[in-house]
Order: sequence, then C-alpha cells, then structure tokens
Amino acid sequence: MGSDTAPLSLNVPEPGCRPGDTPDFSDFEIPRAGEVGRPDVDADPDAIRDMAFSIVRVLNKEGEAVGDWAGALSVDELREGLRHMMTLRTFDARMQIAQRQGKTSFYMQHLGEEAVSCAFARALQPGDMNFPTYRQAGLLIASEYPMLTMMNQIYSNAEDPLAGRQLPIMYSSKAHGFFSISGNLGTQFVQSVGWAMASAISGDTKISTGWIGDGSTAENDFHAAMVFASTYKAPVVLNIVNNQWAISTFQGIARGGVGTFAARGHGFGIASLRVDGNDYLAVHAVAKWAAERARLGHGPTLIEHVTYRAGGHSTSDDPAAYRSKQEAAAWPLGDPIERLKQHLIKIGEWSEDRHAQAEAEILDTVISVQKEAEAVGTLTGGKAPSARDMFEGVYETMPAHLIRQRQEAGF
Amino acid sequence: MAQMTMIEAIREAHDVAMAADDKVVVFGEDVGFFGGVFRCTAGLQEKYGKSRCFDAPINESGIVGTAIGMAAYGLKPVIEIQFADYVYPAYDQIVSEAARLRHRSNGDFTCPLVIRMPTGGGIFGGQTHSQSPEAIFTHVSGLKVVIPSNPRDAKGLLLAAIADPDPVIFLEPKRLYNGPFDGHHDKPIESWKKHPQGNVPDGDEIVPLGKAHIQREGADVTVLAYGTMVYVAEAAAKETGVDAEVIDLRTLMPLDLDTIVESVKKTGRCVVVHEATRTSGFGGELMSLVQEACFYHLEAPMIRVTGWDTPYPHAQEWEYFPGPGRVGEALRKVMKD
Repeated sequence: MGSDTAPLSLNVPEPGCRPGDTPDFSDFEIPRAGEVGRPDVDADPDAIRDMAFSIVRVLNKEGEAVGDWAGALSVDELREGLRHMMTLRTFDARMQIAQRQGKTSFYMQHLGEEAVSCAFARALQPGDMNFPTYRQAGLLIASEYPMLTMMNQIYSNAEDPLAGRQLPIMYSSKAHGFFSISGNLGTQFVQSVGWAMASAISGDTKISTGWIGDGSTAENDFHAAMVFASTYKAPVVLNIVNNQWAISTFQGIARGGVGTFAARGHGFGIASLRVDGNDYLAVHAVAKWAAERARLGHGPTLIEHVTYRAGGHSTSDDPAAYRSKQEAAAWPLGDPIERLKQHLIKIGEWSEDRHAQAEAEILDTVISVQKEAEAVGTLTGGKAPSARDMFEGVYETMPAHLIRQRQEAGF
Repeated sequence: MAQMTMIEAIREAHDVAMAADDKVVVFGEDVGFFGGVFRCTAGLQEKYGKSRCFDAPINESGIVGTAIGMAAYGLKPVIEIQFADYVYPAYDQIVSEAARLRHRSNGDFTCPLVIRMPTGGGIFGGQTHSQSPEAIFTHVSGLKVVIPSNPRDAKGLLLAAIADPDPVIFLEPKRLYNGPFDGHHDKPIESWKKHPQGNVPDGDEIVPLGKAHIQREGADVTVLAYGTMVYVAEAAAKETGVDAEVIDLRTLMPLDLDTIVESVKKTGRCVVVHEATRTSGFGGELMSLVQEACFYHLEAPMIRVTGWDTPYPHAQEWEYFPGPGRVGEALRKVMKD
C-alpha cells in the first residue's frame, strides 16, 4: 500500500551545546529579580499558572534583594546560610578527593546546587520529613547533622550508622527528618506523598517533601506521586531539581514537548512554580510559601528549582565527554555561594576578608573532622563494620535460613 | 467460632485489626465504597471512615509507594492489589524499597506493610487473572510470603501479617475464596460453610507466620503444597489410595523447613506441587532444600507437578492447571520408583 504523505522521522532532541561548542543560553528566558509576585498561600493553582513558566528570583545582578519574596531572613540567618553552603562545598571537595585517593568507592557532589537543599531546610519544622535524592545533603548540613557521621557513612567504617550496608552518601536520619536514600531514582517521590497522607490520616500537623531530578521526572513514580498528591490533597512539597543534566542526558530528553517541568503540575491541578535554584533567598522564600500552604491544608506544591550541575554526576563520569567545558561558567544564574556573598557585602554585613577567613575556618573544621573519621577507618583500612552485620536487619527477627547462612559464612 | 468463607474471614481479620489499632489503614483499587471486587473489604469504609479505608487510583506502584511512606510514618497499611497479575508495576517499590528499607537504614526506618493480592487460577481468568507469582517474591530478601488455603488460616495469618514488623506479601488463592476446590472443575462447588476449616475462631487469635500445617497425615510420601494445591493433593491421595502426608506450607518465607524435613525423613518420598510455572518456581527451591537435608532418606527421585512454562491459557485452563489426575500420577510414580 502506498501513501500520499512523506516518510515519518523520529525527533530526538539535542542540547544547545556539546563538547567543543560555544555555550549559548540566549534561549533561556530569565525574568528580572523581583518580577514575579508572591501570591497568597491559599492561591488557587489555576490562578497562578503563569508561575510555572516564569522564575521566582530575589537577588538581582547588583546583589540586592528585591520584590515580594525578599525580606524573609535576618542577616544572621543569611550569614549562617552562607556558611552552610560553604561547608557543603568544602565537604564535597574533600570527599571527592578522598574517593580519588581510594578511601571510598563512590561520591556525589553538589557543586553549583548548594542553595537548593541548604535554603530549603530552613523552611521546615522539626518532625517534618524529607524524601531526598542523593544530591540534597544540604538538608543534613543545615540541620546540624554531624559531619563526622556523614563521613563515617561515606567511609563505611565501624562507626557508620548504616553498618556498611549502603553506598556512600545514601544517608538516613529519621531524627533529622531525612528519609533513607535508596539510590533508585524516583521511588522516594511517591513515598513522600504517602508520608504526607499518613500525617493527614493521623490528624497530625507535619508535612513532607519529595525530591526528584529533572531526568527522573520521566519515571512512572513521578506520575504516581502527582496523581496521589492531587487526589488526596496531600500536605507535601514536591521538588524537581532541574540541574540541566541527567548524567550525560540533557534535560530536554525527559522534558519532551512541555515548556517546563513545573508545567507538568498543571494537568494535576497542583500549584506549580519555578524558582532560581542558585538564589538562596528565593529558594528559601518559595520553600516557606509551599510549606505553609501544605501545613494549612491547601494541598501540594510542585517546585522546579532551576539550577546547574557544575560538576560531574558522580565520581564515575567525566562531564567533558558530553558537554562543553565552558558551559558551567556560562550558566546565566551564576554561583549560589558567590551570589549570597555579594548580597551580604552589598548590605554591609560581610566582606572579602571575612569570607576568606570563613573559608579557612571551614576548611580547618572539615579537615579535622575528616582526620577523626579516618582515624576510625576508611573503606580500605582501619576499623570496618562486622561481616556479621550484613545478616542483621533483613528482618526484625533473623529467620532460621539466615542464621544457617551466617553460620555457613563463618560469622 | 463462626462458619465463614475465606472472603468473610479476610474481611473479619481487617475488622479486628482496624478496631484494635487506629494505625491500620486499608486502601486499593475499588476497596473503599464498593468493598473490593472480591468483597474482602466490604463495610470497612462505612465502619471506620474514609480516611482509614479508601479507593486508590489505578496505579499499583503508587499504591505500594504511598503505603511505604505511610509505614515509614508509623501507620500499618494493609493494601490490596486487585489481582496478583497486576502487581508488576509495583515490583520496584516492593523489591527496591519495602524489602530493603530496614536493612539499608540499619533500622532507622522500617516498613510494616501487608500487600494482599488474589493469586492463582481456576476461574477462567486467562493470563491476566490467574498467575501465581510467589517465586518472584520469595527470591527477594526482606519480604515474607504467605499463602493461606482456608478461612481459618486466612484470618489468623492475615492478623499475624498485620502484626508483623516487616513487609508481608499475602497471596489469597482466589479459587478458594468460596470453597475448598480440589481441582475437579466439573463437580458441583463445595462451600466453606460446611467445611471444618471454614470454622473460624472469633477475636484476634493469630496463626503464626513460618509454621506449616499437616493437612493430611500419611506414611508413604510427603506432598509439599500451598494454596489451591492443598485440596488437589488431598483429593489425589484419596483417589489413588496412596497414603500421602500433605503439608500445607502456609508461609513460603520464612519456610517451616523443620516440619518438611521431619516428614520426608519419615516417608522417604517427596512430591512438590504448585500452580505456578515450573522453571525457577518455588518447587525448585523446595526440592533443593529437601535434597540438602534428606538425601540419604530418599527412596525415590523427587517429582514436581506444576503449571507448564507457558503464559496461563484461557480455553486450555484444565490442561494447564495441575489437577488431581496429574498429582495422582506423580504419587503412583514416586511409589513405584
């Protein structure tokens, strides 16, 4: 059978630039800071549809905090926020090197994305629960979770709270509102909705947050989370961290024909907005708005944090193989630490000298904690968790077949 | 004590658990207002309110995924997957999440969760309403797998599953919902209402997980069975005159190996029966375990009678289903060998 129409062809989207190309973000529409207004927390999702196509921004190019979303944090809180982000970056740098030195098997850093988790943590209350991915350790740093415990986990040493069972950086701390990281992609997104439903079922006042990357929004779990959150009006804040890259795959492969990831929320009737993920003040303000909305029973919010993964996906990939080396520097939303630093200098509450001094202090602290962790052990030396530990905790009570296998293994 | 069907027994187990503990919540496709396509949750929404028994969207990974979040919060979700054949979209949530949460978080988070689902064939359900996927769950560390074969056990085992601190896959042989089907599909349906195992204790008495039940004592051969095959094996023993000891495993994980080994050492022969496909089925595991523990007591090669390694067929249901004819043949053969 013949056809009157031309042969069809497959559309495979391509990023704006690959290795060797000159980065070009001219198509990336960025509203001016302060341009997007702050709706009431009980706003009808339909009334704020345009927010899914714009970006909430507070810090302008001059380092000033402008617009409706500004003014939510004190100077002390801002300085503390800067310190959290600097700590996370320094921590990452040291652990990245430790992995290269063979002290652990694997590491994932946050370079360029520090504001997202560090600022968000400040919007939550004790008892709330985050369901993070592997790139939200700022939630722990900003909640004063001990860096030593994090390192012990990364090194899988004898003091690892997870007894050496989990990959590095897959932390868990119920006490700090940080759900056990699976390492699977997307699965935790729908679990966060279930946790929020449980809070509502129980007549509690707690809320939860779900986290997912731009690439993993393509997973079924994203869709499931949105349906359940929408149907049961769950008190949850659902966060998409759009850092532009899913390992080597640019965000356009998961996004498809829709304008933005945030716009996916519209089909579910969920309040959806985008925020400048490299703007500490904006992330915090939006998180606070969404958390309040959830806690007051106005339902879920979908937040797309627009940011850029300046480093590799993990210690297992080399970004130079799939994107331009110049792209990170060309990223138009800048660096989150630099931007908050400039803001604090602008308002006369910080200086280059104080920044340099803080950097040195933080590095000293991280190095001294690292020494303490390494004195216990690393993946390749020192005190390790017991081999017996792998048989524990499969069930609350060890069944007979596991006891036999443990004996067979000689532990 | 009250005489009831397996459906009524399951409903009563829900009722007892929900009355005793506000943390028990029940949801799934059609389970709320309608009470489930098999009626196992009928009346619960009316009695306990919409926040404790409700309808879910048709999204099995969402049902299990939200239930994991609820369990992590501290609730005790008892969820229904409408047919075991529909569980596959939820497999990632079950395997990668529910099963491993306690272990990977070193007990920081746990997942007390019961995932109920009707299993098995015998109802002309074709390939989407007849499968027996137990082995894809027994293969996963961190799960418990339970299959009751009668109303009495269904209530007691479900109460034990709900009380259990770990995730339990609770497979309900749908052909046994209304009566003890022995594989003779051309005979009139027998009801639980007159069967001794349809006599169900009142209250919250549990049947412990991990304990098999000797359904029929015998001296010549041990038959390892569960679910619908328990009654098929009983019928085969009666019809062949072979004095078979029929063991209803009831829980596949953890398995009551002691009861199995004791019986095989006594009889010296073993036949394994399940509806599920043969290759990599749970029968292979049972034969390995019996071989490891009882090799010097075996007087004949073990035999397994199973569904064929094909998708579950529609018109050919009774050629696929391991009925008393095929099981009887295996009993005769194992006695001759």
